[in-house]
Amino acid sequence: MGVDEMEMDVVQELEGHSDRVWSVAWRPGSGTSGRPAMLASCSGDKTVRVWQYNSSRDPFLPHWSCVAVLDGMHQRTIRSCEWSPDGRFLATASFDGTIAIWENVAGDFECVASLEGHENEVKSVTWNCSGTLLATCGRDKSVWIWELQPGNEFECISVLHGHSQDVKMVLWHPCEDVLVSASYDNSIKVWIEDKDTEDWVCAQTLSDSWGHTSTVWTVSFDASGHRLVSCSDDLTLKIWDSRNNLRSEGNLWKHLCTVSGYHDRTIFSVHWSKASGLIATGAGDDCIRIFSEEFNEESTLGGDPTYKMILKKERAHTTDVNCVRWHPQEASLLASAGDDGVVKIWKVASEILH
Amino acid sequence: MNGSALINANPVVHERKERVTRREVHDSSAEPIDALEVFDHVRDIKDPEHPYSLEQLKVVTEEAITVDDKKSHVMVVFTPTVQHCSMATVIGLCIRVQLMRCLPPRFKIDIKVAPGSHASETAVNKQLNDKERIAAALENPNLSELVEDCLAPASY
Repeated sequence: MGVDEMEMDVVQELEGHSDRVWSVAWRPGSGTSGRPAMLASCSGDKTVRVWQYNSSRDPFLPHWSCVAVLDGMHQRTIRSCEWSPDGRFLATASFDGTIAIWENVAGDFECVASLEGHENEVKSVTWNCSGTLLATCGRDKSVWIWELQPGNEFECISVLHGHSQDVKMVLWHPCEDVLVSASYDNSIKVWIEDKDTEDWVCAQTLSDSWGHTSTVWTVSFDASGHRLVSCSDDLTLKIWDSRNNLRSEGNLWKHLCTVSGYHDRTIFSVHWSKASGLIATGAGDDCIRIFSEEFNEESTLGGDPTYKMILKKERAHTTDVNCVRWHPQEASLLASAGDDGVVKIWKVASEILH
Repeated sequence: MNGSALINANPVVHERKERVTRREVHDSSAEPIDALEVFDHVRDIKDPEHPYSLEQLKVVTEEAITVDDKKSHVMVVFTPTVQHCSMATVIGLCIRVQLMRCLPPRFKIDIKVAPGSHASETAVNKQLNDKERIAAALENPNLSELVEDCLAPASY
């Protein structure tokens, strides 16, 4: 149970953005099967930077370098960026009310589509697991679902109303076409397609007595997609569990536990590692924390897990930590982004990873 | 607010506090930041609809500012001039922007309306402390112009 500073070290600080960095995204499959590891970061400076790992052994070259700057498309802050599952496209969501789709052609990024429709700030964008659907959300309280058509055309197939405030984040389930949204209205909503009408509907709202009591900033699924973690301005993490059929309506998700007492300021980001099962958080107190799932062996109730903090990195950034993301395969790698304009690549000690 | 209909047509104007000329210290960076210093940063902000400062309208007072320099934390509690003041979020935004510019970046800033001083207290407080909405608001040309106007040095 060491909460030791030495158990997490910076591999490299990536500098270049001239304003706060809101979010980072690892390119799927990066660092495997001959593909160099790649990370995108987006910022208040209206640009995306793409960073690539240099595998050459030249000791004078930095490990990570900026290989592309995507600019000129967005007139305001870029709040969120996400790669398509095949790593071919990068979608960016901006406060200017648009979403841009960039295609990676042999290392050059070309904007191939601009999606308009939201009334004002777009806050988040997410691809479904097959890469055929895109979801977006924003300050106009709505969630939009777009379908990728031949020729890089995106058609809006549904506009979902239900949240009473600003929608902060949308996230697709890792293996089903189930969409989750998190809002300033303190609730999380689960959206599914009604197979009879082909309409998208809200299957469940997670906002009962177990729900968050302030803005929900981020949600993240575990590898199986049967658990969801959410983080909030109410200084707690909540773990939600679903063992039922995700596609049917009804109360699929139930509150499993609330992790409180660890954070002193707003938790802006949470990410569940697909590789190690560890949960990382980034918060307004400049810290990164890591939590692990523990099963009580003496439990007679079949063993619902508890979540314990196993590492707290103080002053991870000099200001708020806006985003933390584990590498999809390399369990020891974590990327973070801060208001200080810096992106950091961290290596977590192997003891932490079990 | 539309046209000439003022939210608060007849505000009570108070005397301004005497300025304290602070003793210069050799190493000013070693001097911890206190409530008076923070007050000095926000007292002259202009009210969005009156030619008076926030100090003159008793929207901000030194007593309602809490500073913990060691923990790099500042809390400003301000009192809107009327219960239904729709300018409360603009005033809070001005205070936040001013402090973001004047204080070292290590400081965490919380801005709140005084308990019981506003009909939508919870909503106003939530909005003023959502940094994403603050960032979006400051990218809005009309709003940022209004803020700059209030923060500009005035001659009243």
